[in-house]
Amino acid sequence: MSNPQQLRYSKEHEWLSAADEDGVSTIGITEFAANALGDVVYVQLPDVGSAVSAGETCGELESTKSVSDLYAPVSGEVTEINEDVVNDPALVNSAPFEGGWLFKVRVTGEPEDLLSADEYTAFAEN
Amino acid sequence: MTDAPPTPRRTALDARHRALGATMTDFAGWDMPLRYGSERDEHTAVRTRAGLFDLSHMGEISLIGPQAGQALDHALVGHLSALAVGRARYTMICDDEGGILDDLIVYRLGDEEFLVVANAANAQVVLDALTERAGGFTASVRDDRDAYALIAVQGPESAGILRTLTDADLDGLKYYAGLPGTVAGVPALIARTGYTGEDGFELFLAPGDAERVWEALTEAGAPVGLVPCGLSCRDTLRLEAGMPLYGHELSTDTTPFDAGLGRVVKFDKPGDFIGRQALEAASRRADSVTPRTLVGLVAEGRRVPRAGYAVLAADGSRIGQVTSGAPSPTLGKPIAMAYVDAEYAKPGTEGVSVDIRGSQEPYEVVALPFYRRER
Repeated sequence: MSNPQQLRYSKEHEWLSAADEDGVSTIGITEFAANALGDVVYVQLPDVGSAVSAGETCGELESTKSVSDLYAPVSGEVTEINEDVVNDPALVNSAPFEGGWLFKVRVTGEPEDLLSADEYTAFAEN
Repeated sequence: MTDAPPTPRRTALDARHRALGATMTDFAGWDMPLRYGSERDEHTAVRTRAGLFDLSHMGEISLIGPQAGQALDHALVGHLSALAVGRARYTMICDDEGGILDDLIVYRLGDEEFLVVANAANAQVVLDALTERAGGFTASVRDDRDAYALIAVQGPESAGILRTLTDADLDGLKYYAGLPGTVAGVPALIARTGYTGEDGFELFLAPGDAERVWEALTEAGAPVGLVPCGLSCRDTLRLEAGMPLYGHELSTDTTPFDAGLGRVVKFDKPGDFIGRQALEAASRRADSVTPRTLVGLVAEGRRVPRAGYAVLAADGSRIGQVTSGAPSPTLGKPIAMAYVDAEYAKPGTEGVSVDIRGSQEPYEVVALPFYRRER
């Protein structure tokens, strides 16, 4: 599987888009993570307007067999959540980097250990 | 440093699973396919078309001899000596306290020959117990775990698929029956059993023949949409069908009566059997005291209950515990099996919820199974 070059990645298997002109980044989980989870059946996302902190849990992803915490890869304020994925969690599996995005954050702080696509690919394959 | 885990065992079909790109998982010391693609698609294939399973991790034990039936009557809770040749029975092996050591399928292959199929995780316990319990009888217990691969084809199209590959009279083969025959030209015990709630067959065959039979079934099933299926969908299929799973609904802390399966205990069979006294007490207890009852729960929301989660009454008091839970592909909602206090076991009981990591999610109490195929 290929991880898009224009994104950055956390070791918790989230991806983060480059910030737009308003300083807002889009966040999702990687294809690697989606495959490891199996069919995602429920997503619980942070509330719009709430603050999230880098490295801390901000939601849940449920698959057939397990529940996984969703971590925020950066700190900031949640500006939007993907209602499509709430209604159809299978989008996380079918289009993890596109229609299966999870939420958007106006970034106020980010950790220093975010990975490039190549670094994440190497990390995920080990 | 901790000791490295022992190398998991691999089935005769291991290379095939890897070639198919299966996600593998450790299951009771075996490296088994969890899913090949989407477990939901595999589940749906079994409900609507057909699915192919490798179940070679299951434990086979043969009992052979003039008193093999009597030995099983003594060792198990069922009346196996009364089983007709060619038929199969769901039964259990209990300890002296009536606790369930395992649930089993027993096939009678001949007047003096039975095949016992145990869960992978309990196969050694069952083998040891049967060996000890058969001691006073003219019967030998043979460990046949390495003698058989087990392939299951399950789903409404399974009879049609298998018919093209076998000389056996499938129309004459009833549910819970098994007979020797050939499949794709190799000898097999062909049994009309399964763990999915669908019509289907389980094929016991020599491990060296497993690849050939798997391939033949794959080819014969392709036109009707047969797909390989992993253990993940097997679990959601059996849960929808209301079938108990050892380690979840069944354990040594549970008697068959506690599990709502007291009917498998045959007190009127000849001779004594291990656990009789304790099971008679459990039976009386079930008649007099309101016991916990195994029920089905269907979610109103979308959050999935997991084994061990508390079941709560309207006032928040704990009335039971979830034993298995999963999103049901057929119902489109999360479902669970749970033991609850009998007063809350009636279908439609108001106010029941499951504590899902701190949040009380409403659930409807229903009778099991969640799904029953049309016949």
